[in-house]
Amino acid sequence: MTQLALVIDLNVCVGCSACVTSCKEWNTSGSAGPLVDERPYGENPTGTFFNRVQTYEMGTFPNSETMHFPKSCLHCEDPPCVPVCPTGASYKRKEDGIVLVDYDKCIGCKYCSWACPYGAREIDEKQKVMKKCTLCVDRIYDMTMPEADRKPSCVKACPTSARLFGDIHDPESAVSVAIREDGGYALMPEWGTHPSNHYLPRRKTKMKIHADELERADNPLKLDQQLPKPDKDQSTMDDVSAW
Amino acid sequence: MKPAFSVIFLTTLIGAAQGLFLALFTHQSYALFGLLPMQSDDFYGYGTLIVLVLLAAGLVASFFHLGRPERAWRTATMWRTSWLSREVIVLPAFMGVSFLFGVSHMFGIRPEIVTLPGGQVVDLSLLLGVAGTLLAFVLFICTAMIYACLRFLKEWNSPLTVINYILMGGSSGFILAAFYAASAAPDQADFFAGWAIIITVLALIGRMASLVRNARLKPTSTMQTAIGVKHPKITQRSMGAMGGSFNTREFFHGKSERFLRTIKPAFLLFGFALPLLFLTLGLFSPALLGLAFILQYIGLLAERWFFFAQANHPQNLYYQTIG
Repeated sequence: MTQLALVIDLNVCVGCSACVTSCKEWNTSGSAGPLVDERPYGENPTGTFFNRVQTYEMGTFPNSETMHFPKSCLHCEDPPCVPVCPTGASYKRKEDGIVLVDYDKCIGCKYCSWACPYGAREIDEKQKVMKKCTLCVDRIYDMTMPEADRKPSCVKACPTSARLFGDIHDPESAVSVAIREDGGYALMPEWGTHPSNHYLPRRKTKMKIHADELERADNPLKLDQQLPKPDKDQSTMDDVSAW
Repeated sequence: MKPAFSVIFLTTLIGAAQGLFLALFTHQSYALFGLLPMQSDDFYGYGTLIVLVLLAAGLVASFFHLGRPERAWRTATMWRTSWLSREVIVLPAFMGVSFLFGVSHMFGIRPEIVTLPGGQVVDLSLLLGVAGTLLAFVLFICTAMIYACLRFLKEWNSPLTVINYILMGGSSGFILAAFYAASAAPDQADFFAGWAIIITVLALIGRMASLVRNARLKPTSTMQTAIGVKHPKITQRSMGAMGGSFNTREFFHGKSERFLRTIKPAFLLFGFALPLLFLTLGLFSPALLGLAFILQYIGLLAERWFFFAQANHPQNLYYQTIG
């Protein structure tokens, strides 16, 4: 069993939205037809996106931190949006776990979007069908592309390599290792949807220095003079330097 | 959630239709056992015609909810997993059986099937009535389960949702039956009005119970679980869209808190209190039964609007600030 997924490193994401634009560019040019864009240069631009970068602030200034948070379909292992679809247009692929919508079967009832706690699905208000991230399924299997390009558009576009792509069921894949070793977590775990996409937390590189690491434990030249001097009849710590 | 008028009309119209069918068949069953005088075939036949008109109107309303109505036939395929698909199958089935029930009365096609030990003759219309009754209840369950099965919409995810759809549909249908009987069979109006009062009281109790329940709900998802950061103060600065998106339009009712607080007592008044008053008065002056039905229908529209608006979708956590 394969489960393709993204792992997004929030420690590295700078919120540039390159993944958003490259996702939109790839998916609006695909065989499924354009992704709707209403008033793109007008006052209230709106449209369908598969991927959005949001920004959150934790704490109150000056003790605050900013986090950029790219959000797209999480390709849940137990997707609640799939069983509710009345037509079978929403489905999860057995071979690679990608959750897809068959745009030719979708009736645009929006019920699947009600059943997704993450708000990952957006209707195309021109084509009147539900759309969502496809993990660039029309790209990752395209044998006419060089192998290095067979990755989702957003992953290719990320200038900081904050986005990893791979099979989370393969324990040796880069994504599995990242989740395991760098604290990968899932969003809203309380609903039991088992999202495949994981996020790596923001983390600070810290070094713990103990007091005895600041002082020379054996102090042959008596430079620090902080350790208690041994009495004359006592041995020194290294048995070499003595009074 | 944003209340969709197509769905509000669908659920209230077919609810009234199912209730009216149940009322007509209840009467026929009473009459079978001699508890009430059997009415003419026309009484049941024309009553069923009203059922069909309401169902058809509901069906038409439902199509306005679909982006691609021409593909609606596909919705019958996923009945194994989807309550919406099940509703799409049961609704026409119920329409079909109602139609046959009406035809069997209107044209007197009532071949005898079996005679009960007590001498009661079970004919075709009665069998169709039993089938229609079962389908009416299955349809109530399907319609309500569409909402009740969504576990993260906690306001809906409760058996009360199913119970209330049955009771409110039943109440609406029995009031309509009382009004219909007041003109078609005046001596039977009290029977329907009596049942209507009982069901309306039960519906009021059920709806109050769900209001009390929903007032005590605590959201399961929080900002912390939504983005996976353990910090008591998390503020959204940007949602990734400047002019709003599907997520900001579909999941927020867009009305003020005050509007919500006004509509709640309004639907309790129009949907339950006033109908009860006019049903009681209607026992003496049948014309008021029509008023009871119309006022209650307005109340039920408001009730359904509130039902949708009150549901708070966890995705809203991700869509709080445009910027």
